[in-house]
Amino acid sequence: MQLWLIPLLPLLGFLINGIFGRRFSKGLINTVAIGSVVFSFAWVLKTIAGMGDLNSSVTEHYFTWIQSGALNIGCDFFVDRLTIVMLLVVTGVGSLIHIYAIGYMAHEGGYYRFFAYLNLFMFFMLMLVLGANYLLLFVGWEGVGLCSYLLIGFYFDKQFATNAGNKAFIVNRIGDFGFALAMFLIFRNFQSLDFATVFHQAPGATEQTLTLIGLLLMVGACGKSAQIPLYVWLPDAMAGPTPVSALIHAATMVTAGVYMTARSWVIYTHAPGAMDVIAIIGVATAFFAATIGLAQNDIKKVFAYSTVSQLGYMFIGVGSGAFGAAIWHLVTHAFFKALLFLGAGSVIHALSGEQDLRNMGGLRTKIKFTCFSMIFAWWAISGIPPAAGFYSKDAILAAAYAHSPAIYWIGVFTAGLTAFYVSRAMFLTFFGEYRGHEHPHESPPVMWVPLVILGVLSLVGGAVFNVPEFLKYVFPAVVEPENHALVMISIAAGAIGILLAAWMYVWQPGMADKLAAAFSAPYKLIYSKYFVDEVYDATVVKPVVGGSRLLLWKGIDAGLIDGIVNGVGGRARDIGSAFRLLQSGNIRSYAAWVLFGGVAVIVVMGIAGGLR
Amino acid sequence: MLQAVPISWFLTLSAVLFSLGVAGFLFRRNIITVFMSIELMLNAVNLSFVTFSYHHKEVAGHLFTFFVMVVAAAEAAVGLAIILTVFKNRATLNIDDVSSMKN
Repeated sequence: MQLWLIPLLPLLGFLINGIFGRRFSKGLINTVAIGSVVFSFAWVLKTIAGMGDLNSSVTEHYFTWIQSGALNIGCDFFVDRLTIVMLLVVTGVGSLIHIYAIGYMAHEGGYYRFFAYLNLFMFFMLMLVLGANYLLLFVGWEGVGLCSYLLIGFYFDKQFATNAGNKAFIVNRIGDFGFALAMFLIFRNFQSLDFATVFHQAPGATEQTLTLIGLLLMVGACGKSAQIPLYVWLPDAMAGPTPVSALIHAATMVTAGVYMTARSWVIYTHAPGAMDVIAIIGVATAFFAATIGLAQNDIKKVFAYSTVSQLGYMFIGVGSGAFGAAIWHLVTHAFFKALLFLGAGSVIHALSGEQDLRNMGGLRTKIKFTCFSMIFAWWAISGIPPAAGFYSKDAILAAAYAHSPAIYWIGVFTAGLTAFYVSRAMFLTFFGEYRGHEHPHESPPVMWVPLVILGVLSLVGGAVFNVPEFLKYVFPAVVEPENHALVMISIAAGAIGILLAAWMYVWQPGMADKLAAAFSAPYKLIYSKYFVDEVYDATVVKPVVGGSRLLLWKGIDAGLIDGIVNGVGGRARDIGSAFRLLQSGNIRSYAAWVLFGGVAVIVVMGIAGGLR
Repeated sequence: MLQAVPISWFLTLSAVLFSLGVAGFLFRRNIITVFMSIELMLNAVNLSFVTFSYHHKEVAGHLFTFFVMVVAAAEAAVGLAIILTVFKNRATLNIDDVSSMKN
């Protein structure tokens, strides 16, 4: 099937643009970068076409990567229906975002660098999705983390951007630590890291072991997919260019945790405790992130918290055993959240860099295509049928209800909050009076055409791509009783959210400020993001930095290590300055020393009993 | 004839001559005396070589002695030339006055 071509094309794009891009024209860079991803997408389609009814998976072995004792890791690629869904999302949405980036990055420096990193990201993401064992998945996992770091810090001359890149990288290390431990445990228990072998043997292991593995994998997923308590890097990651936010921090990379947990469903179905923890973390993240999103004024920050919240929904799906629904939401979220980010990018582009919602307004007449397509994303994320988000969110909530009604009710309430904050952002951006000073201009077609395509996908993506049906034989069956009341409740929650936002920001402008003043304490709490960053700063960052500075730097490095090195040198100097006195320059004193030495040798030999 | 004289006598004489050479080298100031002390030490060692060579019925000791004598002869030639030159330039034979290694 030549699966290796799928990730190799973006890698070639990265190498060509990365090495020679500095001398290339923009057109040539575009051809290489977009061409490689589009060809990769085409090759995915060809692969799917060649797989017939898709019911059997394809594994390709290329070479043995690591061979050491019982450890045998091959460079194997593996495609089944779940992989196909991920491949289509990654290369499909990835292609659209690459095309969009041509327009968005047109006036930016480091053009070739941007596209080289973006191609490298595609390579690693495809490795992550295609890998047939945990270690290969981990290679992709770390690689996308690296690209995320590079692209968040793309504007490396800005302090906040490099800080945000560092934050993302370091917070992800905590998650990766869990992932690595999980891999050690998997190898210890199953003597293999291959998905096929592990999942074949997993039902035979004790529940305790599987729960531990599941929880450790979950720690990894929490880091990559920005769940409590490791979500803090994602909102800061918005320091990167907007296409990066759309591709990496909304559509693909952050869903890697969901993919990985869904891929490991065999482990989780035998570890109900771990699944409950995932569901609880998911619902807590969904709810808290949504409340933070209510009060943010930076358009990208609103969508960033929204991403965290929606990823929480996917975790609810995984935790409730509805793996298909979680992947479905992953797909629809990739459409509508990529669209929201790209639309936000288009708005920012139109306003020459303005990101503050308070300086927008009334843009619907000025940037029509952007507004028009973003309305579909708004529709989808609010969960109003027949847009895509309705189907996937409803499937997750239905499964959550079967699992635990409490999670369902919080989920529904969060759905209302979601509809409210997205509506708020939309109303503040596109409705009312224009409050800014820049002169808005519509983005070029290369930007709004991907928006329109994503808009169509956001609208029909849920109804057309019935992912749980497609993945029916991959995951265990979910018994979902038809419950129209639940559907009505979640639609009503979305509608109430939209209406409330319309009332507060369109019909009664000023209402929002009055409410904020009336409830100033809770408003300040969510406006300041529950002071989580400050708490982490005080409890983790400061002690670690302080401890490093005081103990590791001043104590161990400057005190102990430098002390040893300088001490060796200093003692050698001291001894030398003592022996230096012997070198008097007086021949007869040298002769006396020779005599003394000779006598000493003879005396010692006499005592020792002569040469023998 | 030699049987009558024990080997330790020769060695003692050699040690005494060597010690005299060392003492002269260390304590005398005159360059020529110092030079002669060096020759005395060499010849003390030669005496030991010959004694041991005879004692062990071994010819290597004699060979060493010849080498030492050749070196001593060469050294005497070069050394006396140096001493003459030093005396011409410095007008002194005091060994402490011709030291230029300090400072």
